[in-house]
Amino acid sequence: MTVVALTHIGYLIAGWGIPLMTIGLYAASLMRRSKAIEARVPADRQRWISTDD
Amino acid sequence: MTLTSAGPQADQQPATGTSSRSTRVLGGACLVALAILLVLAFVLTEPDERVDEATNIVTGQFDAVRLLYVHFPVAIVTYLAFIVNAVGSIIVLRNKSTWWDNTAAASAEIGTVFCALTLITGSIWGRPIWNTWWEWGDVRLMTTVILFLIFVGYLAYRRTITDPQIRARRSAVVGIIGAINIPIVYKSVEWWENRTLHQQSTLQELRVEDLTLFTMIFGMLVFIAIYAWLMIHRFRIGWLEHQAETVGLAAAIVERRAQAPEAIRSAVTDQTHTPYQTEVEQ
Repeated sequence: MTVVALTHIGYLIAGWGIPLMTIGLYAASLMRRSKAIEARVPADRQRWISTDD
Repeated sequence: MTLTSAGPQADQQPATGTSSRSTRVLGGACLVALAILLVLAFVLTEPDERVDEATNIVTGQFDAVRLLYVHFPVAIVTYLAFIVNAVGSIIVLRNKSTWWDNTAAASAEIGTVFCALTLITGSIWGRPIWNTWWEWGDVRLMTTVILFLIFVGYLAYRRTITDPQIRARRSAVVGIIGAINIPIVYKSVEWWENRTLHQQSTLQELRVEDLTLFTMIFGMLVFIAIYAWLMIHRFRIGWLEHQAETVGLAAAIVERRAQAPEAIRSAVTDQTHTPYQTEVEQ
């Protein structure tokens, strides 16, 4: 079985491509948001760095 | 009445943004597992083909069945995310917890993304199998759309309220109302079986073989791991936003006090502090 021999190839590309691309873009947007908000918060309040507070 | 905070997400590693060593390991594991899932879904599993021995006619979903290896997991993650939201919402109403409010909001956002993907992948699968992109009278589809719209409303509603305590309480109520829809979505194909094209059980309908079943369960675990990775980052963003609000408010109070004449400053200092001011100053 090879990918070339698949039936419904267009549906498969769309059905897998759309969710994987969407999740990838959403993950990238989270990274961008985290970078933007990080600069506004002192390091000692970013609690996954330290358990001190 | 003060929202309390609890439960640091600590793993003692240098961080960049919301990343840490553990999230990078989890993210890498997700990518590897996703690659394995693609091999399972597209190379190792067989298409759905059933031969009628009397007529020798081949029927089945053929390779369209491979769409279920992504549709089924994203649907499961949708349920999981909204259940986490409901649990968080109940705890918010009981304990007024900032941590759980943040968890509920993070899970609702991710759940809404996955709910949209469930609808999209289901529609793409339905076109070759049901010969239609969409069926307005189908109870499974419509209850899922209602679930999606409730949580779009939940996210929009949160953005309209600036007071964190009121926002937490009111959005928790909306989250719980939304969660009531989850069992309705799940059982709709049984309760209204004459009003749906949707099969009752994916696993039973396909008469799955071992590798097909394994691929479905493996896919579910992969997407749950992806959900966990997204949750950690989304939670930390919410936590940073909460901290930024607190720091910004504290700085504003200090600045205003510095600008005030001495007499007013003394009067303000003598006033009883509210719990929220005390939390900010700490």
